[in-house]
Amino acid sequence: MSSTPPRALPPTPSQTVGPFFGYALPFTGGGDVAPPGHPDTVTLHGRVLDGAGAAVPDALLEFWQAGPDGSPSGAPGSLRRDPVTGAVLGRDGVEFTGFARVPTDADGHYTLRTLPPGGAPYLSVCVFARGLLHHLFTRAYLRDDPDDGLLSTLPAERRATLLALPEEGRHRTHRFDIRLQGEGETVFLDFA
Amino acid sequence: MKLSHPAPVPSPASASASETVTPPAQPPLVQADIDREIAGLHAAYEKARAGGAPPAHHPPRDFRPYRSSGLRHPKEPLVAVNGDPETVELHGPVFGPTDVTELDADLTRQHRGEPLGERITVTGRVLDSGGRPVRNQLVEVWQANASGRYAHQRDQHPAPLDPHFTGVGRCLTDDHGTYTFTTIKPGPYPWRNHLNAWRPAHIHFSLFGTAFTQRLITQMYFPGDPLFPYDPILASVTDTAARERLVATYDHGLSRPEWSLGYRWDIVLDGPSATWIEEGRS
Repeated sequence: MSSTPPRALPPTPSQTVGPFFGYALPFTGGGDVAPPGHPDTVTLHGRVLDGAGAAVPDALLEFWQAGPDGSPSGAPGSLRRDPVTGAVLGRDGVEFTGFARVPTDADGHYTLRTLPPGGAPYLSVCVFARGLLHHLFTRAYLRDDPDDGLLSTLPAERRATLLALPEEGRHRTHRFDIRLQGEGETVFLDFA
Repeated sequence: MKLSHPAPVPSPASASASETVTPPAQPPLVQADIDREIAGLHAAYEKARAGGAPPAHHPPRDFRPYRSSGLRHPKEPLVAVNGDPETVELHGPVFGPTDVTELDADLTRQHRGEPLGERITVTGRVLDSGGRPVRNQLVEVWQANASGRYAHQRDQHPAPLDPHFTGVGRCLTDDHGTYTFTTIKPGPYPWRNHLNAWRPAHIHFSLFGTAFTQRLITQMYFPGDPLFPYDPILASVTDTAARERLVATYDHGLSRPEWSLGYRWDIVLDGPSATWIEEGRS
């Protein structure tokens, strides 16, 4: 048994996000974590694919990361709103909130623009989708790290699924596909 | 502009042995087929429990009666990550008053007129598994209108849209971990999992804890709904006690005279919390 204290309360079960979260969860600028025009901005993009290799057009990805200085504490203001209309304005363009939320498009594609995290070589990723009864955690590694506590434990082909690969001819752009099932299935994590 | 993507890896030519491929000539899947599958999976769970298996608090990701789960669940086991207090996953996103305005928690006040339906207030506490309140964290909800229709382009259920209801709310938990929403009771609606599939009325909840690993998206159901036994999404929670934790309680003390009916629903977040580890180390 682990050394954690005994559980006092059983958790509320997870349920699928369903397909109709459109007005609730995605927000303007959800994938633009880096302040506009920041020279260190990294673009991470890719597709979410199911076990038949088909696009998942109704997935929602959340990213969480340390700031460029290594601070994981983040800042509020990802969902800043217009006080008159209530419309979501998104970030103020100054603070680095560390949080991103991006729905996939009709082709299963997403794009994130952020700053490289300090301290950890990866971004934390949480995957929600219709058909997924309990979300999935993974990590998008922006650089390979032979000493990383997770990567070093994985066989080569599984390890490769966590590496966001730099794309030739594109400035500071990394490709990170998420395969929910089947050949090249992404490594998903358990924190229990 | 559309970006060009490399082609996805083609799917394996042969399905795995554990997967049965439905022949195209079969009659449409009906409720009785789904009922049989659910009964079988629940019986298998009860048998495993009787044999000493631990309770399953969450649904399995590959719950076959919910057909959309078929190609969307990983087949490899999840890789365990030891809780390391230095890792970023034990912190979580921060939200504050700049993210949530006061009106956001009242879904009946987002348009010029009153939405149709039975006005309700839904409140409860968000707790961690140690029973501690989860304070100042974001709670988001979304739901269908009183007729069972989402204000979403892809929802083509021919029930009326309500021009005075979008069905989206947000709030931050207070110092006791309490959240409160004013809304209208959503209607049940049909979906295409199988012939005559209807979802019980429900409100979707999205929650953040103090750690990213405590993230939860779930659904709150209403007590006494006759559709419970037919719904493969609710039934995906194979443990009876866990399933009952998804159902709110009608609380007459929360009902407001001449105004609304009250429901109470507490939420417990799973996963390691930063607070827990800090306390363990102190």
